Amino acid sequence: MSITVKFFARLREQVGKAELTLDDAGDVQSIWDRATENMPMPDNTLCAINMEYSNTDAPVRDGDEVAFFPPVTGG
Amino acid sequence: MTVKILSNAFDPWQETQQHQQNQLEAGKYGATASFVGTMRDFNQGDDVASMTLEHYPGMTESYLHKICDEAKQRWQLIDCLIVHRVGEMHPNEPIVLTVVWSAHRKDAFEACRYLMEELKSRAPFWKKEGMAEGHRWVDKNTPG
Repeated sequence: MSITVKFFARLREQVGKAELTLDDAGDVQSIWDRATENMPMPDNTLCAINMEYSNTDAPVRDGDEVAFFPPVTGG
Repeated sequence: MTVKILSNAFDPWQETQQHQQNQLEAGKYGATASFVGTMRDFNQGDDVASMTLEHYPGMTESYLHKICDEAKQRWQLIDCLIVHRVGEMHPNEPIVLTVVWSAHRKDAFEACRYLMEELKSRAPFWKKEGMAEGHRWVDKNTPG
């Protein structure tokens, strides 16, 4: 079992890591909790599974890539 | 339909001309609408000296393609081009280019606006501004 977790922009700086691997599945919220050692998730955090936006209660499966990032500000 | 993420400065007019010459059939399009976003040297009352744009390689491209696909379903379009800068940049450099080619102007104008608004709200890019006093993340985009 291997889940890749990525953090971007301000969240990467707050969490202090860009990427890590977890060996247990669960939902997106539980991935966050384990990856950040239970840091509170900022309200406006966006989540993605395999590069598609998702909710925090979406299930995460073996091999998935889960990403957390702040509101987007491109353009 | 072309999506480009560039880490070096680009010339939006040259990109438009090149795409038009290489990808479009002369005589088929009657309307070309484009939008260019350029870096300012001020934001929220402060001088901004540089900006670093971060993205999520893979997801960013995928969402830009998705947005072009949606525009092609909603309007009668011949082609779309999106070019977006990443990395460190300076005032007066172009950040983003969206171009739409269609037979008539209504489709081109509306779809070009759609590409920009959707890009700003859904494509994963993040701006960090560099000022004399240090750096700050841009929290949200200005309303369109």
